[in-house]
Amino acid sequence: MKTIQDCLKERILILDGAMGTMIQKHKLKEEDYRGERFARWPREVKGNNDLLNLTQPALIRNIHLQYLEAGADIIETNTFNSTRISQADYGMEELAYELNVAAARLAREAIDEYYALHPEEKETKPRFVAGAIGPMNKTLSLSPDVNNPGYRAVTFDEVAGAYLEQVKGLAEGGADLLLIETIFDTLNAKAAIYAIRKYFKTSGKEPLPIMISGTITDASGRTLSGQTTEAFYISVMHARPLSIGLNCALGAKEMRPYIEELSHIAECYVSAYPNAGLPNAMGEYDEKPEQTAAHLEEWAREGFVNIVGGCCGTTPEHIRRIARAVKNIKPRALPIKETSSV
Amino acid sequence: MSETFVIKPYLRLSGLEPLVIRPETNFVNIGERTNVTGSRKFARLIREEKYEEALSIARQQVENGAQILDVNMDDALLDGVKAMTAFLNLLQSEPDIARIPIMIDSSKFEIIEAGLKCVQGKCIVNSISLKEGEEKFIEQAETCLNYGAAVIVMAFDEKGQADTKDRKVEICERAYRILTEKVGYAPEDIIFDPNIFAVATGMEEHNNYAVDFIEATREIKKRMPLCKVSGGVSNLSFSFRGNEPVREAMHSVFLYHAIKAGMDMGIVNAGQLIVYDEIDPELRQLCEDVILNRNNEKNEATEKLIAFAETVKSKAKAETKDETWRQAPVEERLKHALINGITDYIEADTEEARIKYGDPLQVIEGPLMDGMNVVGDLFGAGKMFLPQVVKSARVMKKSVAWLTPFIEKQKKAKASGNGKAAKIVLATVKGDVHDIGKNIVGVVLGCNGYDIIDLGVMVPAEKILDTAERENADIIGLSGLITPSLDEMVHVAHEMKRRSMKQPLLIGGATTSRLHTAVKIAPEYDGGVIYVPDASRSVTVTNALLSKEKEQFLKKTQEEYQQLKDQFSGKQRKELISYKDAVARREKIDLSRYTPKPPAWSGIRTMHHVSLSTIAGYIDWGPFFIAWEMPGRYPDILEDKKFGAEAKKLYNDAQRMLRQAIEENWFTADGVVGFWPAFSNGADTVTLLTDEGEVKLEFLRQQIKKAEGQPSFSLADFIIQGSFSENGTPEKDALNAVNPNQQKQISDYMGAFAVTIKGAKDVSERFAAAHDDYGKIMVQILADRMVEAFAEYLHEKVRKEYWGYAPGENFTNHELIKEAYQGIRPAPGYPACPDHTEKLKLFRLLKVTENIGIRLTESLAMDPPASVCGWYFAHPQSHYFGVGKIGRDQLEDYARRKQMSVDEMEKWLRPLLE
Repeated sequence: MKTIQDCLKERILILDGAMGTMIQKHKLKEEDYRGERFARWPREVKGNNDLLNLTQPALIRNIHLQYLEAGADIIETNTFNSTRISQADYGMEELAYELNVAAARLAREAIDEYYALHPEEKETKPRFVAGAIGPMNKTLSLSPDVNNPGYRAVTFDEVAGAYLEQVKGLAEGGADLLLIETIFDTLNAKAAIYAIRKYFKTSGKEPLPIMISGTITDASGRTLSGQTTEAFYISVMHARPLSIGLNCALGAKEMRPYIEELSHIAECYVSAYPNAGLPNAMGEYDEKPEQTAAHLEEWAREGFVNIVGGCCGTTPEHIRRIARAVKNIKPRALPIKETSSV
Repeated sequence: MSETFVIKPYLRLSGLEPLVIRPETNFVNIGERTNVTGSRKFARLIREEKYEEALSIARQQVENGAQILDVNMDDALLDGVKAMTAFLNLLQSEPDIARIPIMIDSSKFEIIEAGLKCVQGKCIVNSISLKEGEEKFIEQAETCLNYGAAVIVMAFDEKGQADTKDRKVEICERAYRILTEKVGYAPEDIIFDPNIFAVATGMEEHNNYAVDFIEATREIKKRMPLCKVSGGVSNLSFSFRGNEPVREAMHSVFLYHAIKAGMDMGIVNAGQLIVYDEIDPELRQLCEDVILNRNNEKNEATEKLIAFAETVKSKAKAETKDETWRQAPVEERLKHALINGITDYIEADTEEARIKYGDPLQVIEGPLMDGMNVVGDLFGAGKMFLPQVVKSARVMKKSVAWLTPFIEKQKKAKASGNGKAAKIVLATVKGDVHDIGKNIVGVVLGCNGYDIIDLGVMVPAEKILDTAERENADIIGLSGLITPSLDEMVHVAHEMKRRSMKQPLLIGGATTSRLHTAVKIAPEYDGGVIYVPDASRSVTVTNALLSKEKEQFLKKTQEEYQQLKDQFSGKQRKELISYKDAVARREKIDLSRYTPKPPAWSGIRTMHHVSLSTIAGYIDWGPFFIAWEMPGRYPDILEDKKFGAEAKKLYNDAQRMLRQAIEENWFTADGVVGFWPAFSNGADTVTLLTDEGEVKLEFLRQQIKKAEGQPSFSLADFIIQGSFSENGTPEKDALNAVNPNQQKQISDYMGAFAVTIKGAKDVSERFAAAHDDYGKIMVQILADRMVEAFAEYLHEKVRKEYWGYAPGENFTNHELIKEAYQGIRPAPGYPACPDHTEKLKLFRLLKVTENIGIRLTESLAMDPPASVCGWYFAHPQSHYFGVGKIGRDQLEDYARRKQMSVDEMEKWLRPLLE
């Protein structure tokens, strides 16, 4: 069986598209979120998309399957908020581990189902489950209190502990990779890296490859916590990631210069999954699949990328178009790291 | 575009912005005042929890040019963990300070770890050591790595702190091995602190401490070149506490030598450091002796420095600043102020110079620039450090600010004469903060009536170009001082082309050059790229670009750059000899004792469906791995430690596919061969005698100047000289008859072939349709290997049977690959006969398209791509070579011979022409 490293040498890999956008289409109600198990939960849970891993598994599996049919090589688990800290909004801290295990299993099942439908691809085209590790709703570098800039709502140890639990769930549920994504505070990401290193060191398991994807919030070219693209990359290099990249906040058009920059400085592979343009006045994303695909195709031709996909507002059709557009384009070659002196 | 590039193993740190320590970075200074053990004021503010105020000390350090901020909370009266956490959290909210990387400095590891939990950027931990043994060291290093920090390792082990050179080196090397082999640290993330101890203490055993540090540094950098060396400089002068002038001088002299030995960074007071060249010569000499431990028998040098220090001390007490420099002429005073960063008199001196010169611009271009040039030289020579340069820049800015209103007035006077001012966008490119040169250009152009939009420093390409487009600028000017800025400028040019912009692009700044502009930047953009060496030149260039002469000026510049570029790419233009001389230097092949062997048959033969399994036996697997971009040689690559497993897998997959291809007849192998009587004309034409009459083949000859006695090669030299007309009726039988009595010259022979592997396209499309790109590429690569193998196989058949000049030949495949056999088969379009248009003749001679279906595209590529064609030469001395560059004289002669226009010929031979 080919590893993801084998595949990355050969071609540009496709990451799936938005989960939230696809869930929204189902217009789920409070009781749909609750299912039977949480019918009497004391708090409102509508909007806790990660909970659907437990209450609407078929729905989530089906979204994965749609992305696989569209040509995604890597599908992300539905675990963007599956940490103790983020789940506290719903009083569901204790479910964090379980959500991650369930989500990783669902993604794995979707791949099995896909192979059952397309047995000819089983040997030739491996698919991978990326355990998605989101940014959390609390940040380590920023104070929520403008009058007290030195204040922090959470500590490094709390964040790292919550991530440790998530990583354990994802790994035990069967994720092939770990994807730290939508990083707007690099210190949170560093806590996730810390947790990952810790988990594999203490469990003795073979470490899973790590993908890292930051978020440049606007035209200032910086993360929300103020770092430039290069400073961000330098800050997470010690994770020895499989790939470094950007996602969310920007559409492809706005993201281009930062991806280009990463492609010049990254020792590892480069990933990019922009939003479907910038949101319109209604907060909706209306960039057409062919538009997104055209941008990504141009990046591929310039030799910027190894992994592409979509973030907010993208659909299976976006992914299908993207996959088709970059199919025959050579991936960015890994740079050679000099090991001797200057 | 997707070419592989190289990443250098530099120490990379980050705050909000990156700090990459490159060889040209010179010396990195680490701000030391945010240290409770070093600054009483800072200690007091922290103790009183006045963190906001304490922050202002950090800000001062950054403003004074500190590139890294050392933070230390080691105080017995403090809760170090709490203070570190509170201070660093607050610091993160100040972008001006958080911009630079943090050095977390503590002798207590729990304080270090607390600090690491607060900082998003890549920090330096200061420090860890082998003091408490290897186990503890590894544990702490692993923790640092988990947080992604670089580490300072102090030269300290179980036996104590290292004081001699040998001990320092030994401990550092031991730590290096542990960190790289057991912990997994990258060598460039390791910084050694080989301990700076106080000298001139009066104890003779201390006298060599500075030398020990300097020499240890030299050795450490030699043995572990990717690592860095750092140190706390102030320890050195501990015995002169309270005597700042002497301490500064000692630090300056010490750094001068230590940096030369390889010291990369140090903890210094960024605001207080005298320029090496500006130290009182007597004091400097004394410091040199003490630091280098010279003339120091029985503490002699030490005693002398102490004695001198007394005089400085008393002077300092009387508070008489040395003001002798005030007596010098105004130009000297400005220079002195710039070098020493003194702003006290700058306005008065500037005004005096303005009156003297009558023109504010001349003050800038004259004395101020002269002073800054000295600063630049001292910086380059390692005699000035960044904080000092920052101070110089401050003096410069102040002086320019004084002159600006006068310049404005002048500008207005000028601008009123003409209409709307042309707009020029100026910026220091992304990643670079140097703007003195750019500011001067701005001022100079401004007072020449141009409207300047100065975007400042660290400006991304996007912003520069967006502004230029929005403002409808007439010209864009880029500046930069550090080497990476050069790449950024190339990038800006590239982006301008992508955006189809039209504005001319000016390039300036210390590291830029005409050559770099010509070779790297100009080719990226067609709107005009011009290198501007200095501010005064910027005016003439700008004027030319905005006048009617623009087109002409750009054309001239472009020609000039093209020439520079050609010279560069030709590695200083290889010298050519004339074509006539080259022909005269033809290779003297001994043809007298050579009897050409007539082929077993003449004319053309085609072969269809040649056995694939036979051909497969001739495959050269070397290029197979090259095609897959596997580094290393076959067969060694199969056993390679790193790539062996992968290579074997690839090889096995290929073998499997090859077997299947043969069994299932994926490919069809067709070929055509022909031989003809041939004569050369003593130059570069070979005439073949065919059924349809004579066919002339034209070859190219080397013109590169070689050492005396070295021939200029041409394939034509491998064919016997003569002509058919002189030898009577062109009857083949007659020609083949060897009859010296008839004085008839024996004709030579030449052959040609074309082979192809068909079917690869269909199979690869089948794989593509199944989304198996690996299979698809494998098929294509195998087809290429097969057609090369086919050519090899056919060549052997030719030597042994068809032509039969080597019937007894018996080589292994390996020897065949090494071309151990007699004769060659050069292909038109390849180095020995680089003209593709000769392929047309080959195709006609062999009726290739009719016989085996290979077609030529309009650029004369063969379709299907898995096709090979070439000429056969049989002479035992025939060999491969590259024609290389040729001169116009040969081009013209060649075009005439081929009855093609010179322009047309030039198009095909462009790569060969200078």
